[in-house]
Amino acid sequence: MARSYISIEGIARRFPAPEGGRTTIFEDLWFAMERGEFVCVIGHSGCGKTTVLNILAGLDEPSEGAVIIDGKAIEGPSLDRAVIFQSHGLLPWRTVLGNVSYAVSSKWRDWSKAKVEEHARKAIATVGLTGAEMKKPAQLSGGMKQRVGIARALSIEPKIMLMDEPFSALDALTRGTLQDEVRGICRNTGQTVFMITHDVDEAIYLADKIVLMTNGPDARIAEIVANPLPADRSRNEVHKHPAYYPLRNHIIDFLVARSRSFAEELAQPGKVWNRRAPPIVTPGAPDTPPPLVRAV
Amino acid sequence: MTRSIGVRALVLSLVILAVFLAAWHIAVSGGGGGGQAVDPEYARLVGAAAATGGQTPMPGPIDVGKAIWKHLSDPFYVRGTNDMGIGIQLGYSLARVLLGFGIAVAVAVPLGFLIGMSPLVYRALDPFIQVMKPISPLAWMPLALYTIKDSSLSSIFVIFICSLWPMLINTAFGVASVRKDWLNVARTLEVGPLRKAFTVILPAAAPTILTGMRISVGIAWLVIVAAEMLVGGTGIGYFVWNQWNNLSLTDIITAILLIGLVGMVLDQILARLTRLVTYPE
Repeated sequence: MARSYISIEGIARRFPAPEGGRTTIFEDLWFAMERGEFVCVIGHSGCGKTTVLNILAGLDEPSEGAVIIDGKAIEGPSLDRAVIFQSHGLLPWRTVLGNVSYAVSSKWRDWSKAKVEEHARKAIATVGLTGAEMKKPAQLSGGMKQRVGIARALSIEPKIMLMDEPFSALDALTRGTLQDEVRGICRNTGQTVFMITHDVDEAIYLADKIVLMTNGPDARIAEIVANPLPADRSRNEVHKHPAYYPLRNHIIDFLVARSRSFAEELAQPGKVWNRRAPPIVTPGAPDTPPPLVRAV
Repeated sequence: MTRSIGVRALVLSLVILAVFLAAWHIAVSGGGGGGQAVDPEYARLVGAAAATGGQTPMPGPIDVGKAIWKHLSDPFYVRGTNDMGIGIQLGYSLARVLLGFGIAVAVAVPLGFLIGMSPLVYRALDPFIQVMKPISPLAWMPLALYTIKDSSLSSIFVIFICSLWPMLINTAFGVASVRKDWLNVARTLEVGPLRKAFTVILPAAAPTILTGMRISVGIAWLVIVAAEMLVGGTGIGYFVWNQWNNLSLTDIITAILLIGLVGMVLDQILARLTRLVTYPE
């Protein structure tokens, strides 16, 4: 069988517990992603979402298992994978242009200063910040800072974008605009995206697949929800689609109840669940199985 | 009542100064005259100053003003080893402070970087720093004189040792508390260690490092006066001590004022530099 583009193979992450022994955040986690897919991970705090993202970024290492991207195991951070940080992670002593140029000159070390700047300006224009190049991050609003973070990630032309709750600190209006822009950019460039979010609507609007994680410690990938909404969905029409509410309810039910009681759910007779291939469900599709089932 | 607070503060400062000078003048001139009678034999032995009244009178603000004018109108004369202009003496002190401080910067910043980056080195060096830090820099003086065998170099060493600790501790702290996000940005961009040190850690820690330098230069300027009183020869500390031996209080007060002014200028220079590298978050 051909391997997926990104293949998370049996990774575990354990931390030394305060009272001795080790706490397992998650173990034996399996998940695969294809090129050009937009995947959102949803789960409560402490389920290890950020740890998974950090492992994908190469900032953290799994205690067991491996992540294979395009046939190669991850060994440390790479310029092929850009991270958009929740707290934007801009260097406050550099201007907008300086921040983006820093990334560009890190990727293409032999480029001239002029070439680096030209490339950085292009990335800044993509996120609609032309005119703010010479501003320092402290002079920008939260939404603009996050835009610079996106521009910096885009500027190095990564194969994969990793986003850790990129919009969670923004007001609803700005968040909506940025979601539209990110969705547009990612669709146009065929970007592969792995994103963490707490926002159900954000996941529904952006993602092709939504990964539902149970509560930690010992968190698992309970299900993978394939988004039934059309790919060319628009923000204003999305809630009118017949599959929208079944999908939304399914995710909210999971977050409210099932994420906590998933272990009991597994113990029910007749329930089949495979760590290595978590079930792919499509709420709202005509042939949807009811949520609490069944032999695959 | 539309005057700015700056103008009002200035007026108040001038009033306080005037009151102080007036009180000083009255206090000094009131006690003048008389003095006890002195045995003429004794007067002949101790000289003219003692013969007039047994005590050198405390100078008033006008005497001091005259002395300041005298010193400032010719600050750079040299008439033998014990008679040099106050500018020359300040110059010696400044040169020692800057030299000792400069060497301390060259040691403290790289070492502080190392301590800040490596928890192992931090823990290993911490006991030494904790013991060395509270030692009065002057306590090193005899050891320095014995090993270096040069009084001027010894005072530079004392300045070095007293400016070292605040810079070392601040640099280590600044480097250790660089935001994890910024380091992660550098890591995801595959930035090499040297480039990371200069493009992320140094700018991030610069305000803390410069604050350390500001504390250090302040301490160094405090210590140089005492050190020069001990080793003698040249410098503003030696000048003060020499004028004490001459019982020339006007010169001492002049020197005290100038020490304060130079210290303030040094502090302000580093405050400016700190503001230059501070970034708003």
